[in-house]
Amino acid sequence: MLEIRLETRTGSIECGGVRRFGFRRVALLLHVVSAVDGAKGINRIYLMQGAWKVKVKNNWLKPVAAMAAALSVTGLGADELNMRQGVTDISRSVYDLHMLIFWICVVIGVVVFGLIFWSVIHHRKSAGAVPAQFHESTKLEIAWTLVPTLILIAMAWPATKVLVSMYDTGGEDMTVEVRGYQWKWQYKYLDDDFNRTFGFFSTMATPQNEIQNQAAKGEHYLLEVDKPLRIPTNRKVRFLITSEDVIHAWWVPDFGIKRDAIPGMVNELWTIVEEPGVYRGQCTELCGKDHGFMPIVVEAMPEAEYDAWYVEQLEAEEIRKEALSKVFTPEELMAEGEAVYGTFCASCHMPNGKGVPPVFPALDGSAIAIGPLEDHLDIIVNGKQGTAMQAFGRQLDAAQIAAVTHYERHAWSNNVGDETQPRDVIEYMAGQE
Amino acid sequence: MSEVIDASHDHHDHHGPAAGLARWLFTTNHKDIGTLYLWFAFLMLLIGGTMALIIRAELFQPGLQFVAPEFFNQMTTNHGLIMVFGAIMPAFVGLANWLVPMMVGAPDMALPRMNNLSFWILPFAFGMLISTLFMEAGGPNFGWTFYAPLSTTYAPETVTFFIFGVHMMGASSIMGSINIIATILNMRAPGMTLMKMPLFVWTWLITAYLLLAVMPVLAGAVTMMLFDIHFGTSFFNAAGGGDPVMFQHIFWFFGHPEVYIMILPAFGIVSAIIPTFARKPLFGYDSMVYATASIAFLSFIVWAHHMFTVGMPLAGQLFFMYSTMLIAIPTGVKVFNWVATMWQGSMTFETPMLFAIAFVVLFTIGGFSGLMLAITPVDYQYHDTYFVVAHFHYVLVPGALFSIIAAVYYWLPKWCGRMYDEKLGKLHFWLSFIGVNVTFFPQHFSGLAGMPRRIPDYALQFADFNMISSCGAFIFGFSQLLLMYIVIKAIRSGQPATDRVWEGAHGLEWTLPSPAPYHSFTEPPKITDADAHS
Repeated sequence: MLEIRLETRTGSIECGGVRRFGFRRVALLLHVVSAVDGAKGINRIYLMQGAWKVKVKNNWLKPVAAMAAALSVTGLGADELNMRQGVTDISRSVYDLHMLIFWICVVIGVVVFGLIFWSVIHHRKSAGAVPAQFHESTKLEIAWTLVPTLILIAMAWPATKVLVSMYDTGGEDMTVEVRGYQWKWQYKYLDDDFNRTFGFFSTMATPQNEIQNQAAKGEHYLLEVDKPLRIPTNRKVRFLITSEDVIHAWWVPDFGIKRDAIPGMVNELWTIVEEPGVYRGQCTELCGKDHGFMPIVVEAMPEAEYDAWYVEQLEAEEIRKEALSKVFTPEELMAEGEAVYGTFCASCHMPNGKGVPPVFPALDGSAIAIGPLEDHLDIIVNGKQGTAMQAFGRQLDAAQIAAVTHYERHAWSNNVGDETQPRDVIEYMAGQE
Repeated sequence: MSEVIDASHDHHDHHGPAAGLARWLFTTNHKDIGTLYLWFAFLMLLIGGTMALIIRAELFQPGLQFVAPEFFNQMTTNHGLIMVFGAIMPAFVGLANWLVPMMVGAPDMALPRMNNLSFWILPFAFGMLISTLFMEAGGPNFGWTFYAPLSTTYAPETVTFFIFGVHMMGASSIMGSINIIATILNMRAPGMTLMKMPLFVWTWLITAYLLLAVMPVLAGAVTMMLFDIHFGTSFFNAAGGGDPVMFQHIFWFFGHPEVYIMILPAFGIVSAIIPTFARKPLFGYDSMVYATASIAFLSFIVWAHHMFTVGMPLAGQLFFMYSTMLIAIPTGVKVFNWVATMWQGSMTFETPMLFAIAFVVLFTIGGFSGLMLAITPVDYQYHDTYFVVAHFHYVLVPGALFSIIAAVYYWLPKWCGRMYDEKLGKLHFWLSFIGVNVTFFPQHFSGLAGMPRRIPDYALQFADFNMISSCGAFIFGFSQLLLMYIVIKAIRSGQPATDRVWEGAHGLEWTLPSPAPYHSFTEPPKITDADAHS
């Protein structure tokens, strides 16, 4: 965050803070430069970033200083320029390795490019150079085969050490199953005691109007979810990574770990986070339409806080199970149904039910959504083979399916006039087996 | 590029080209076919480039502005497919057609009718591929690497056209490479021993073997996809006992040699141009040949470095890390040899030389990022981010594409008998050089900062570098229209070229008149040391 303050005889003008961000920064720069250039009355400019502060006094230096400082401060933010060091032992050793190899490449580059430029400047015909005729040297050839080999060994040694330490799975304190779906993540907290197991979906929380440029973009644009994965600090957490449909990849840059989520396979990752905080990542394997919109947010909590949260989740799980035997009012069904629809259905069928034909059909007025309940439940519970329509019977419980079915039958222009209760879904699913 | 000498100027008693469209449809002449390949590749470059500009326009700012995510995915996929299979590969085959017979002292290619067929398959293959974009279900949208099951169970219905298109491209490439191998091994003039061949011929010989080895593997991969989609098999479907990771192993067993298919001929081109303008023989010819062969061999045992995140066992990760790092050695030898060739030469900087020097520098930068990507534990952080995008564009654009452009400037006077406009050529170089770096260098930064590839929208901290990158892309894209203007201007109204064209040029092609006669060497030339390996 860069702040600029212009002090004049009559007081000071705050140019406000600005996120490092495209047009707004350019506009701010122009604003500063024109203010400095135009208003002779300005006594001082302050450019501030955190504790960092520059005061510019000299008049003719002011525009230059303002430009240079603003560019360097805003342009070279560490989070825009280089890999993050992260918050785990692994991520820090990965960062060190990255920098080591980077600097080795820089040194080799300086030597090789230096020779080329020297040659371009000194060995040019226009500078009167006469071509030598040498075209072979076994000694040189051996040298520039052996020296790179030694450099490579020097790189491979630390790389092997870090890789081996990454493969040090086992000895975990807890296990979370991470399952990729088009286009969301499901986290399941596994425990030997089944009653201590629960799970939830984590879906991007950035509203459509920010993506469609109808509203200002928030600080964590595209990197925010409705329910983050929560893990405790200082405990070894094992992640079992898999997928329900296509291949996704689960990546948290600050932990230095990334693994593909592959349908039918389980991959393993682990981490020990020392600092409490919120860490953000994204799916990194092309997984279809909304590949860019399935962020990962992990909140590392102090151990005691985490344990309390875990107990709360188990209690909520009990309440959820009770809902399965309840009868809801149509209003309750619509409200719950809209929420479920927003999380699970809207990315394809769109919030207005119009879909994206022909790939994702409309639900508004569709033969299935206003037809017999059996057929409607069938497609929600079992999905449709060969299309992106998933079998939501595996993702949602009976209360959620009932609510969303009811919602689809009564939202937009649909108005079937029936009611779908959890027990209808339970009966339907039992009838299938 | 097409102004081949016409019959009235032909001093030899041979047939000239047929008149009109029939000349191009039925031609069996290596020069005509080379010309067709090169113009086709340029057309594909413009189409694939337009797609790139659509991508960069969408990424100019955060938020969705121009295209929907579904269409964005079709653009990234088709951009990749068209550039790899439609622009770079056919351009190299076109250069091989034009140059290999002239360089080895042959009258034409060994298998001229197959040569015609292997070209004329391509417009149909790409016509079919591109037509899917106008179909209701949309074109391929699963990335040019088409990982299953996104490309099988979850693919748009048009995937079958894509599969058929890939089969046709494969058939074309296989026929093209058989022809090149047959020409090089059978049609060399007496005295043109293997170790006297110009490096462009050597690199193409090795490339042709790579193509023969891996195009059938690609055909196998898409055939398995076809069966999974239409005939109920489960090669890549875990629920049916198959394995989605096996797709990636098969794809990259093709895909990694494919990468070298797109760069080895470039090594040959640069190895011809640098000695000419340094007026000094190529340094370390023998080691260049051996380095090319080593790179080709290594290309078969490094494929899984594209798959470090799929969850291989530790031993597998280590093997592929070490073998990948080894590639740096022969590649380094090549770079050092080019530097040693320039060293103490007497250099001039005509357009081909500018592109060749830029190739050495920028390809080396692509090599550095390649070495960084080889380091498995760090690769986890780079994998599938813009760092990878920056890496492979550095080796393919200022690498492969620059070498092709350099080759066009270098041999154009021999092809059409006229010089291009040197001032405009230099302008084209500087626009391209600046454009390519402004486009792709910032992508290293956005990748390191954590921006995944193949996303239509991105978080705010990536905004600045994306904006810069998009500006560069438009500079680079539109400067290629200048190339078209320069080439057409040279063909129509360039100054007549001499036979040797360049003061320092060596090699058999420069002993022919400019423009080169319709049939290259009707009598085998005598090979002198001066003509051997340019």
